[in-house]
Amino acid sequence: MIPIPFFSAQRLSRPLLLSRVPAGFPSPADDYVEGSLDLNEHLVAHREATFFLRVQGHSMSGAGISDGDLLVVDRALEAGHGDIVVAVVDGELTVKRLWRRGARVRLVAENPAYAPIELKDGQELAVWGVVTAIVRRVR
Amino acid sequence: MFALVDGNNFYVSCERVFEPRLEGRPVVVLSNNDGCVVARSQEVKALGVRMGTPWFRLRDLARRHGIVARSSNYALYGDMSARMMAVLGRFSPEQEVYSIDECFLGMDGVPGGERAECGRRIRAQARQWLGLPVCVGFGATRTLAKLANFVAKKRPAFGGVCDLAALPPAELDALLDGIDVGEVWGVGYRGAPRLKALGIGSARALRDADPKWLRRAFSVTLERTAAELNGTPCIGPEEAPARQQIMSSRAFGAYVHDLAGLEEAVAAYVGRAAEKLRRQGSLAGAVQVHIRTNPFKEDHPQHQAGLVVPLAEPTDDTRLLARAALAGLRRLYKPGHAYQKAGVMLMDLSDARRAQAALFDADRGNPVLMRAMDRINACWGRGTLRLAAEGVDQRWRMRRAMMSPCYTTRWAELPRVS
Repeated sequence: MIPIPFFSAQRLSRPLLLSRVPAGFPSPADDYVEGSLDLNEHLVAHREATFFLRVQGHSMSGAGISDGDLLVVDRALEAGHGDIVVAVVDGELTVKRLWRRGARVRLVAENPAYAPIELKDGQELAVWGVVTAIVRRVR
Repeated sequence: MFALVDGNNFYVSCERVFEPRLEGRPVVVLSNNDGCVVARSQEVKALGVRMGTPWFRLRDLARRHGIVARSSNYALYGDMSARMMAVLGRFSPEQEVYSIDECFLGMDGVPGGERAECGRRIRAQARQWLGLPVCVGFGATRTLAKLANFVAKKRPAFGGVCDLAALPPAELDALLDGIDVGEVWGVGYRGAPRLKALGIGSARALRDADPKWLRRAFSVTLERTAAELNGTPCIGPEEAPARQQIMSSRAFGAYVHDLAGLEEAVAAYVGRAAEKLRRQGSLAGAVQVHIRTNPFKEDHPQHQAGLVVPLAEPTDDTRLLARAALAGLRRLYKPGHAYQKAGVMLMDLSDARRAQAALFDADRGNPVLMRAMDRINACWGRGTLRLAAEGVDQRWRMRRAMMSPCYTTRWAELPRVS
């Protein structure tokens, strides 16, 4: 039996070719290039625990999150103060910034038109996942 | 030592991950064509709704109790299953996926004193990473692990983890005394009445019955089941009793890199699974195919994926099943990976005799023509010859009026967050 860390991350180590190669001059380093870059590797740390969600509305516009953006959400991460999270509020999924001071917990919109959601005493914070990236196509 | 990890009300739980408002509400998932109940939430079980109840008979009850129904969303369940199996597979170098929502894990490497903690970690990780509730049962044999899982699920005091091997003998006896013999893996509700008539009513009674008598009065299989209850492993992964799903999967002797090699393996697994299917007189409504690299070779690029391909009509025809499985495989395969394992699972099983009765009721035509058609179809693949009225593409026949979006497999259907 191989001991497995609780949150064993799936990472791929691949040699990358980052230096520019002058045209017409074959670089010996080319032999070490193993394939093309895969955005999944860059954006997804825990493949099984990562989900893509679509943003609806403007409550997080101040954080650079716009209507229609695609969020990369990692459920393997523990949410901390300051993280942008997807939380369950009244049975619905909502994206907000997590604010934490001692026992006080708020889910804060980044848009003055939206009031922060303050969790009441005894009300448990239900974090669905932590937002780790925002993907937006521009055309 | 084995662990059996099983997703609680798996289909319902998958729906709830993306629709949290369904948490705590009675939810059912319906079969292909929205026919009958194939999954029930705890709240629905408490209302006394049985598996297989036709949906139309539930309408009244549904209105009164606010039961929410969903059409089966195989794309979603298949993807969540592949994710869950990948997470669970990292807890042991030996994993046997037994059905879409359960797997055995070899636990020989975990010291006895750490098993319960390991079980709690498995539960916690499945819950956090995937939002799925699972239960974990430990036992010296697959049959005992399965029974332990049953206890973990049904007795809240165990907190979702039960290690039968850690119980003192007297407590184990008392526990097995209280479990209906029909709950024992491989006995089921078919075998239970005869056993009970002969005085074997509980799991404990079966364990303690005379093995020779069991073999004489019943079968070698039941003798083996009793031996397993006594802690002697004698049911391998291949002899696992079939249920609503039939699984055929195996690790390769050497890594397979190319699609052709995987196709060969998957076709062979379909063949084996289809044989079992026909032997138990069932038809499959969907085929799941999965492939994976070796998760313990961390320096290899990793790929693990599964896909469920629903069939337009339930079938036990090897070629139709293989065609579906291979179509799925081609979508999963990624070049540049060293695959270590592949498997197929026949799902959504129904009784072949009932399906045939319906066929002949619908068409009281010419039996000679039907036989000729069967023979031609037997040579060239089912559906080669069929009535023009059936149409070329029968997908429209699948009624799935209450299907949730394919949250994890289609860009256009991602979950919305505001």
